[in-house]
Amino acid sequence: MSQPTTPPKALGALGTYLDERFHGSSMLRTNMRKVFPNHWSFMLGEVALYSFIIVLLTGVFLTLWFRPSMLEVEYTGSYAPLQGVMMSEAYASALHISFDVRGGLLVRQIHHWAALIFVAAILMHMMRVFFTGAFRKPRELNWLIGATLLILAMVEGLLGYSLPDDLLSGVGIRLMQGVALAVPVIGSYAQMFLFDGEFPGEAIIPRLFTVHVLLLPGIMLALVGAHVLIVWIQKHTQYPGRGRTESNVVGTPMYPAFAVKAGAFFFFVFGFTALMASVFQINPIWLFGPYTPTSISAGSQPDFYIGFMEGSLRLFPQWEPLIFGHPLSLSTLIPALVIPGILFTALMLWPFLEAWITGDKRQHHTADRPRNAPTRTALGVTGITFYGVLLLAGANDLISEIFYIDLYLTTWIFRVSLIVGPIIAFIVTRRVCLGLQRRDRDELHHGYESGIVKQLPSGEFIEVHQPVGADAAVELRSKVASEPLEIRTGAVDENGVPDPRTRSPLGKLRGAASRWFTRDKVDFDEHDGGHGDGHAAVEEGAGSGRAAVSSGPSDKH
Amino acid sequence: MNWITARRRHPLMGYAVVFFALVAIGTLWAVLAPNADRAEARTQEAGATQQDLAAGQALFEQSCSSCHGIDGQGRNGMPSLQGVGAAAVDFQVSTGRMPSMNPDVQMPRKPPVFTEEQIDQLAAYVSTSFGGGPEIPASVDPDEDYARGDIELGQRVFMSNCAQCHNFVGQGGALTGGRFAPELTESTPEQIYEALISGPGAMPVFDDETLTPEEKLGIINYIVTVRAEPDSGGLFNLGRLGPSSEGLVAWTVGIGLIVAAAMWITARQREND
Ligand code: HEC
Ligand code: HEC
Ligand code: HEM
Repeated sequence: MSQPTTPPKALGALGTYLDERFHGSSMLRTNMRKVFPNHWSFMLGEVALYSFIIVLLTGVFLTLWFRPSMLEVEYTGSYAPLQGVMMSEAYASALHISFDVRGGLLVRQIHHWAALIFVAAILMHMMRVFFTGAFRKPRELNWLIGATLLILAMVEGLLGYSLPDDLLSGVGIRLMQGVALAVPVIGSYAQMFLFDGEFPGEAIIPRLFTVHVLLLPGIMLALVGAHVLIVWIQKHTQYPGRGRTESNVVGTPMYPAFAVKAGAFFFFVFGFTALMASVFQINPIWLFGPYTPTSISAGSQPDFYIGFMEGSLRLFPQWEPLIFGHPLSLSTLIPALVIPGILFTALMLWPFLEAWITGDKRQHHTADRPRNAPTRTALGVTGITFYGVLLLAGANDLISEIFYIDLYLTTWIFRVSLIVGPIIAFIVTRRVCLGLQRRDRDELHHGYESGIVKQLPSGEFIEVHQPVGADAAVELRSKVASEPLEIRTGAVDENGVPDPRTRSPLGKLRGAASRWFTRDKVDFDEHDGGHGDGHAAVEEGAGSGRAAVSSGPSDKH
Repeated sequence: MNWITARRRHPLMGYAVVFFALVAIGTLWAVLAPNADRAEARTQEAGATQQDLAAGQALFEQSCSSCHGIDGQGRNGMPSLQGVGAAAVDFQVSTGRMPSMNPDVQMPRKPPVFTEEQIDQLAAYVSTSFGGGPEIPASVDPDEDYARGDIELGQRVFMSNCAQCHNFVGQGGALTGGRFAPELTESTPEQIYEALISGPGAMPVFDDETLTPEEKLGIINYIVTVRAEPDSGGLFNLGRLGPSSEGLVAWTVGIGLIVAAAMWITARQREND
């Protein structure tokens, strides 16, 4: 049952044919038998990939008509309320696509919805990778590539949003200009360089266009390619389970089953995006009117992925000290550059930081269950809470209007929750994780609550506990004991001399961080009386049924 | 119907049924939702008779004087009605703001308490007894004339004078101090005109110097045209609130549907694992 699936004859022959010509040492045939584990959260990366493809395809369609020019023209298209209005060619051509190109509005809307789903999927995917510890050795570099992609995707979206030159995109560009200006010393040069003169000038839209359709997509495509290739080479992590070890992957073979699924899933993603684009209006630029520097609308928000920056701008107090007689606009600088800078630096460095803290240099191919890494999970939720508060604060005017709360009051509520919220989130999440671990342990030792209630001859009622099945037992047992490392325990060598690494200030810090990170433990073995069932299941080895076991990553390294 | 019968027990069928039911309800709602356009033409108080004034006085003393005072001077921080004029009264009472229920908060728009005739009587009384104020020019009847307003002009003037408070399509927005600029989805052309010249609450006054009557009619025509416009690009306009509601929908509907599909696709495999 556990034999690798062989591709159908025709394909096998094709593989052999190509291998013989391209000297792949049966590379293709091996790859067709690659295995992809089954779990919905492992499909989130795919969602990002597919929506990226959708964005690219629809974007190409839009470039056929979009004219990135700030030349003033009179609108003569078929949208009546704007007829005769002077506007940039960019805006006029975006209106043209919406009203006069067949299918144009639909494609514009697919493009925008797919862009939102793209970034949302990246965020979800990243959370999945984070909470399962899939970023640990050997996957740190892929994490870095991924985080770079996230930043590029946000920038790409912001630029796209700015292209049609409607009132809202103009507000976005204005914001970018403000941020550029706030940079000390080089600020005004930076803005003159970006805009080729004063704001708004004639150059910014054509420039943004080139970056949006050529530069960034090119870089992203290359990075996505590298990202997926690395997943391919390193193989996918998997959740703990029966027959799954650090050196194999249990799941669906690449061909045919996974290819079919992935193909179907692409059409799901495309279908849902198209459905949303036909049912929900998005970015109705014709209602906003052309950008004029004198106008601004209530409820001018950026797309959600920039929302956290908008929020941090709104929450930060007015603060512009004079430095050598020059105003330093900290109230723009800190929220727009420093806070996101810290956020993303922390994000990118996390795999290395965690490895440093735990001193863990092992290879990891099974995913952690989030509850089994309580501190990491709690930190993740802390980050999400911080980000979430900023995101909401970016829409504080809408919240104020919808819930009849005073605008200033919302600002204060958000300021306080920005600090208190993450702390509470940390504590609560850690407790919940530990509680879940305890429940796992009890279930493992005493069986699960079967729901069957029995009356004993004495009249007492008891609920019957049944031993958990072999599969579940492996999952419950999967908690890898965190090794007691010297740095953490302050271990001494055989001569009683403490490890010199633990004595430097940095070493002490590391020891403290490490103890903190692994402090809470639920000991699974404290009253373990030979519950061998779990281990036995693992040793039975190979998964059954259609699951194929491919050669493990360990033989590659 | 074999096709249906065969697929009735399909695992996705439940979702499909719910989905189509939701779409159907949404469509129905969009079609049947009460339409706000009740164009009510109101006569100016010019032709008010002595009887009307007496009736207006009675109404005023009964419903308004507790706050604004018998003499219309206002008291305890309530505004004086000296020189506010008939247009202000007509606006405040016909939009249901007055008589106020709670003088401490900004009144939302409500169905009017008085009939058109009574409102005219009140307006006539207030403007003759406490001094007239800015009025709609006799030559202009907004409910009739707004249609000749220049939309292109109106669009520009609206974006630069009104959108910062009322949002780009008049969906409203929050102001400081617990005040808010309301949605303009129900105001009649006459009420818009009256709001412009009387500047209710936190809204500035737009007299004929700031905005000419031509520009006012343009704005009105723009507001009325755009809000009546069918929504290109979808059954749902997401409240025309801009990117925030779009982000919400992307996360709930979009990611929701896709994750459901991912679960479905991977779960099927599990059974055979
Ligand atoms: C419960 C107290 C209360 C009652 C009763 C009341 N008003 Fe008012 N009125 C107010 C307050 C408070 C304001 C100021 C509202 C604001 O600034 O938003 C106001 C404002 C007004 C204004 C606008 C004044 C201006 O400067 O533009 C008019 C006109 C008016 N009221 C007319 C009336 C009439 C007519 C009635 C009777 C049908 C009435 N009010 C009943 C409290 C009241
Ligand atoms: C400073 C912000 C501000 C600006 C600018 C502004 N408004 Fe207002 N507007 C308000 C507020 C606040 C109210 C509600 C007043 C109240 O109820 O006390 C209002 C009310 C209105 C109403 C009444 C809505 C109803 O309930 O029927 C109309 C119509 C209106 N405004 C039109 C305009 C137009 C047209 C412009 C542009 C020329 C404009 N406003 C500019 C703040 C503003
Ligand atoms: C353009 C955006 C991205 C695309 C198209 C993409 C695509 C993918 C795909 C298809 C996979 C394999 C399937 C899966 O695990 O879901 C994957 C895995 C992975 N991704 Fe991404 N990803 C993107 C962004 C990111 C980001 C932002 C991060 C983290 C900062 C990241 C980190 C990883 C890691 C570490 C893996 C390996 C996971 C494992 O083996 O369990 N990716 N990516």
